[in-house]
Amino acid sequence: MRTLALLARQVRYEQKLYWRSPSSAVFTFAFPILLLVIFATLNQGTSIRALGGISYNQYYVPGIVAFSVISACYTNLAIVLCFRRDSGALKRLRGTPLPAWVFMSGNIGSSLVVSALLVLLTTAVGVLFYGVAFPGRWAALLLTVAVGAFCFCSLGLAMTALVATATASPAIVNGTLFPLLFISGTFFPVPASSVLGQIASLFPIRHFEQAMFAVFDPGRIGSGVEPRALLVMLGWGVGAAVVAVRRFRWEPTRG
Amino acid sequence: MGAAIAVVGLRKSYGSTEAVRGISFEVAEGEVFALLGPNGAGKTTTVEILEGYRRRDAGTVSVLGMDPARGGARLRERIGIVLQECGIEELLTVEEVLGRQAGYYPRPRPIGEVIDLVGLRDKTGSRVRALSGGQRRRLDLALALVGNPDLIFLDEPTTGFDPAARRNAWDLVKQLGGLGKTVFLTTHYMDEAQFLADRVAVIAGGQLVAEGPPGSIGGRDTGAALIRFALPEGVAVSSLPLPARPDGEYALVESQEVTRCLHLLTGWALDRGIELRGLTVTRRSLEDVYLEMVDR
Repeated sequence: MRTLALLARQVRYEQKLYWRSPSSAVFTFAFPILLLVIFATLNQGTSIRALGGISYNQYYVPGIVAFSVISACYTNLAIVLCFRRDSGALKRLRGTPLPAWVFMSGNIGSSLVVSALLVLLTTAVGVLFYGVAFPGRWAALLLTVAVGAFCFCSLGLAMTALVATATASPAIVNGTLFPLLFISGTFFPVPASSVLGQIASLFPIRHFEQAMFAVFDPGRIGSGVEPRALLVMLGWGVGAAVVAVRRFRWEPTRG
Repeated sequence: MGAAIAVVGLRKSYGSTEAVRGISFEVAEGEVFALLGPNGAGKTTTVEILEGYRRRDAGTVSVLGMDPARGGARLRERIGIVLQECGIEELLTVEEVLGRQAGYYPRPRPIGEVIDLVGLRDKTGSRVRALSGGQRRRLDLALALVGNPDLIFLDEPTTGFDPAARRNAWDLVKQLGGLGKTVFLTTHYMDEAQFLADRVAVIAGGQLVAEGPPGSIGGRDTGAALIRFALPEGVAVSSLPLPARPDGEYALVESQEVTRCLHLLTGWALDRGIELRGLTVTRRSLEDVYLEMVDR
């Protein structure tokens, strides 16, 4: 009981830190919404012949829903934790009785809160302003978001373990993310058979995008769950979690 | 009283550099103990091993009866740590960081009490970002105290402080001694060790070179004292009643027998109606002793 209360308090303090930090709140929260509005507005009324003539936004908005989870989990955790490690704040926490897993869970919990808000917001904007269909597959949405959040929180923590300094972290985190976002078909479809599509299929982003597309796809019958895509994400999540647990450092590199 | 800290034959290397080369010491409960040494002497390595941040290569270490390498949360519940230059989440307020930290301990002190103790009452609602360097250091101390620890580690608590801020910090550490806490501090300031510590150990090149109360360490209390006075007009050093050497306009007498020497000297001066201007008696300062020891 005491541990649960501790965890809840930890999430609350992480939330305070998140919303008070302009770089977190602007970059990881506002940015996905900005991308959504820009591209959805630019491409309103166009359709994608390769996908049977569905509207661009029916394709694009689920991708941005997935991206918003990546932003709240991977980008946010990796950059914020690198900066807190360099400042010595993590080392200080390590000197208290706070269990490491409660600290990590507090960060993950806070990322889940942000993810949930972003998923609801981007979905609502897509449905209300851009004519996107959401066939009410709440269970599939919840499952897909949960697997995605696990995968990308793990990757964020693993990245924190691998990046040496905070100054390098934004470049490395975004430098790994954005090329993959493009070749994974976030902004326009990339055929699975193409070289880029095949490279993208090795990484979890494309699978997350496709799983989210299935959740929203009005032409599809069934639950909207893409088991194969979710399994790939789970695999990446477990692998990254192992790296994070083994390699996580609480102290700045120099010292 | 039992030992709060007991260290025997502690060793630690980084690559081929031996940072700590077999040191042993004890710190009694309720004692203020200073590990004094120049930069790079092995102070921070030693204190971080005691705090559980680093693993030792050899030796035995006991902190509050536990091995810091394995003590985990049970040990950390009972110690407070002030690290060298260590960040605090800048976007939280003083009250928030203290409240968060207090929640990590089973028996925390009331936050308001700790805030008053370190004199941050008017900064309670301020964000950490808005604090001055000295105020941050006081918050550091407050964070170390809020868990109501039995033992407090202070790693160079006043490095980079201006004289007034140092005085304030010293007063605070003195108060900790008054609360019955055991304090382990590292410093490279002689005056800090002298003012704060019940006992000092001097570390140089990874080894302890001396240990004892600051007043008597390195034979300060038994070693020769220095008598100094302005050489009276028309008096040669050779005509003084005891062996002396000139030092500009002054004469210096170095002796183990201060009472006898002063008696001789003042008797001689009174007989001749001479005033010994600028007469002082000094022992070797802790700084002299220290510099000799770390030079070896």
